This record gives sequence, C-alpha cells and structure tokens, in this order.
Amino acid sequence: MRLNESFRNIKAIQKRELYGYFGSPVAYVFIVIFLLLIGFFTFNISNFFEAGQADLNNFFQWHPWIYMFLVPSIAMRLWAEERRLGTIELILTFPVTIAEVILGKFLAAWIFIGIALSLTFPMVLTVSYLGNPDLGAIFCGYLGSFLMAGAFLSLGSMTSSLTRSQVISFVTAAVGCLFFILAGYPPVTAILSGWAPIWLVNLVSDLSFLSHFISISRGVLDLRDLVYYLSVISFMLFVNAVVLQSRKAA
Amino acid sequence: MIEIKNLSKDFAAIRAVNNISFSVGKGEILGFLGPNGAGKSTTMRMITGFIPPSAGTIRIGGFDILKNSLEVRKQIGYLPENAPVYPDMKVIDYLNFCGQIRGFTKAALKRTVENTIEKCFLTTVKQQIINTLSKGYKQRVCFAQSILHDPPYLILDEPTDGLDPNQKYEVRRMIKEMSREKAVIFSTHILEEIQDVCTRTIIIAKGSIVADDTPAGLLKRSDLYGSVSLTVENADSNEITNCLNQIKGVETTTIISDENEIVRLQVYPETKDTPITDKVMAAALANNYQVKSIYMEQGRLDEVFRTITT
Repeated sequence: MRLNESFRNIKAIQKRELYGYFGSPVAYVFIVIFLLLIGFFTFNISNFFEAGQADLNNFFQWHPWIYMFLVPSIAMRLWAEERRLGTIELILTFPVTIAEVILGKFLAAWIFIGIALSLTFPMVLTVSYLGNPDLGAIFCGYLGSFLMAGAFLSLGSMTSSLTRSQVISFVTAAVGCLFFILAGYPPVTAILSGWAPIWLVNLVSDLSFLSHFISISRGVLDLRDLVYYLSVISFMLFVNAVVLQSRKAA
Repeated sequence: MIEIKNLSKDFAAIRAVNNISFSVGKGEILGFLGPNGAGKSTTMRMITGFIPPSAGTIRIGGFDILKNSLEVRKQIGYLPENAPVYPDMKVIDYLNFCGQIRGFTKAALKRTVENTIEKCFLTTVKQQIINTLSKGYKQRVCFAQSILHDPPYLILDEPTDGLDPNQKYEVRRMIKEMSREKAVIFSTHILEEIQDVCTRTIIIAKGSIVADDTPAGLLKRSDLYGSVSLTVENADSNEITNCLNQIKGVETTTIISDENEIVRLQVYPETKDTPITDKVMAAALANNYQVKSIYMEQGRLDEVFRTITT
C-alpha cells in the first residue's frame, strides 16, 4: 500500500520536473549545446573520419569531459532553485517522504539527460553506414555513458542541496566531477604510484568514473562497473537526503 | 484539534520560539499576531512539520507531528509565507500536480481541481503560466493548493499579504466560509483582519505568547475601551470639562482638540464595564451644549498591540 503511494509520488514529482525542463529554455539550450559540443570534439578534435575505424571510441571518450560541466548545470537547479523560490517548504510539507522527492527529481533529470544522449543516434547511423561496427560495444558505450551521467548527476544533486546559490552548487559539483574523472587519469595515478602503497593507488583509480567507463565503453559489461555506478548514485543521494533533513530551512 | 505543548525552537544561540502552548479546535479561526521576527512563521513551520521543534510536542488530530508525520501532513493545508509556487507551470497543471501528490485519482482529480479553481476565482487564468500572473493571483494559486484536498486543518502564513483590498476581502470571506468544519490558524499584520475573521487571537512577541484572547477581549484591554467621544459646538473647553467631571461614574475628561469653538473630548469612566454614554449625553443637554457627535469607543487593537508587544 505504502509502496504504491511511493511510486505514485515519485512519478508525480518526476513528471512535474520534466515538465519544468521543457517548459523553460533550459532543456533546449542544454540539448543543443550538448550535441554541438559532442559533434565538435568527435569530428574536429578527434578527427573521426580520418581515424578510419568503424567504432565510437572517439565519440565516447569525450563524454566524461562534457558531462563534467553540462551535468552540474542541470543538477545545480534541483534543490538550490527550490530553496530560492521557497517551494521547498511546500514540497517537503506535502505528504511525501524526502526519499520520494529526491528520487523523483533525480529520475527526471536523468531521463532528461538520457533524452539528450539518445539524440546522438545519428552517430550510430554514421558508423553503421561507413563500416561494420560492433553494435554490442556501442550499446555498452551508451549504457556506460548513461550510468556515468547518473553518477555525475547524483553528485550535483547533493551539492545543490547544500546551498541556495546555483553558482556555488555548480562550481562545487564541477570540481567534484573533475576529481572523479582525474582520479583514474594516468598522470594522476603516476604521481601516486611513485610513493603510495599499491592498494591506495588502486583505491583512488577504482574511484574514478573514467576507469569504469573505459572498460564498459570497450564493450566489456562487468557487473562490478554497474555496481560501482549504482553505489555511487545511492551514496550521493543518501548524503543528499541527510543534508536536506538537517538543513531544510537553510 | 491542534494541540501544542511547551513548544520551543532554537537557532544556534537564538531562541526563536520560547515554550508556547495552545490548542485550536474545529470551527475556530485562530489569528496569529506579532511583530516581524516574533516567531510566527517558525511556529507555523513546526506545526506543518517543515522544521522539527527543539523541544515540546505538536499533536494534530491526535497524531504526533514527528512520529506520524505523513499521516498528519495529509490532513494539513499549508500556505507558506510569500506563497511560493513553481513559476514555470500553468495554473491548472500546478494544481493537478498538487492533487496527484494528495492522492486524487483521475476523475476525482479533474473535478476537485475545477471546483477549487472556481472557488478561488482562478477560472480566467487557469491556462496561464504562473510567472505571468500578478502577485494577487499567485497568492490565490498557492491558497488554492492549500485547500485543494479539503483538509481539516489549515495553516495560513499571511494569506492576504500583497493583495488589494477587494482580494483581501475575498480571501477573508473564503476563510470564514471554510472555517465551519476546519481548524484554522492564520498569521497577519493587519489588525482589522483579526476583528473581522478570528474567533480567537494569540499575540506573540520575542518568541513567547503575550496574549491569548478573543478579539473582543483584546479590545477591552484598550485604554480607550468604554470611554465616550464627544464633540460639541459653541462651548468653552474648561467649562464643559468641569461639568463632565462632576458626573457620577466619570473618572476624568481630556480635551482632544478645541478649534473654532468646536471641542472634542474624551470622557473616561471609572469602571470600563459601566456605560456612561447616556449620563454624558444627559449632562450635555442639561447644560445646553450643542452635541455634534457622541459615541462609545470599542477600543483600538493597534493600541493594545503596541502596549502588549513593546
């Protein structure tokens, strides 16, 4: 009974949030910039055509970097905006639990990013036309990219709940994302590997979105990578709930 | 029944609400009055479960606000200060959203939202984006949200703030109309509203309750209550003062103004509950004063408010 109610509430909140995205210019600006940037990096920086390979590695490798600042720009409004408008006072006094509100908002933003991501489908058509790509690997790439976006988003949702300023929320989320990317970047692990014990080096690089993303986008669907992303998301949203519970009126 | 016992709230070192207790029953409209920063909004936020109390208990309909939070929140309608609503939604979509959260299913939802829109005079703007509405309409949209599910308990934080006189009148009328089956708490700065709407008034200052009385009871605390305002023509102010002071039951008479031979006087009785108007009138006539006006003061809330809260 309570479970049904929970689903109903999450769905209602999620619907309203999505409505909010498409009711304002935010959605369209985001989608256009996302597609422009990803096209620019893939074709002009990575020289997709000259590479002569029928895969999307040159496409997927840019996703973490683009997400790094585009996802926080979506996530920053999640809670900071509610605080600024004062609507947080209403939504948290409705007969819904904090978890339901967080999940509803998170899912809406995640679905929205999923929509933007799915609009890159001409890339798949292009490689399929040019050669014989491994569609399984491409599917994994998209799945990995979507999961990674979710992880970035959960981090952004959490930082957004800390403040009523969207700027602060954006900057802290972007820096957080950068940390999660760089933790697995070879130059960074190289700095560590000179002196730190090997378990620490592994721990830091295992924390990275990058290492998990790379293995998925190569077509290796490892349960550990899935578990990793889902645990990052759960952890961040849990912290989000703790922050909201303790600082509702901030 | 809303029952509040020994409620306190601390923000760091500041005590915003200090050990207040009161209860509100069905059919009552409780006016919550106090200077800015007295703790009105903080109290209301605790009653609606938005912020937890530092000490004390709140029971609504027999449920504890902390232990049965969801149960309680289903029975409350809340209009927060400044009436926050999502600016990027259409009025009707916003109310549909609130209705879904309140658990209405399709047919009932449509009917309820339509009814509420009509009740709150929003029919002409229901397809408009909330952002394009005037402050008065936004306030009414948020008000509509609070009564959508016909809650037995209504908590309204300055529901008439920012409305024009006609809209204020409408909102007051709606509150009065609905109060028969509800327990209503509403806060305001506007003193006439208390007299017009409330069955009971609590005045809060610096976090503590300083008065809990009916509006009539509060008026009785006014120094002016029971005194007689008298305006006479062609009279000498000292002469008439002496004359009035000799009436049995009159404590003292003060001269308010004396211009162009028109004298305005205030006659205070010895005991507030013994009317002296007829005696003053008789004395004035006996001495051939031309009485322009005479009436008994009902007391003034602003005066009471100032004495109590400062």
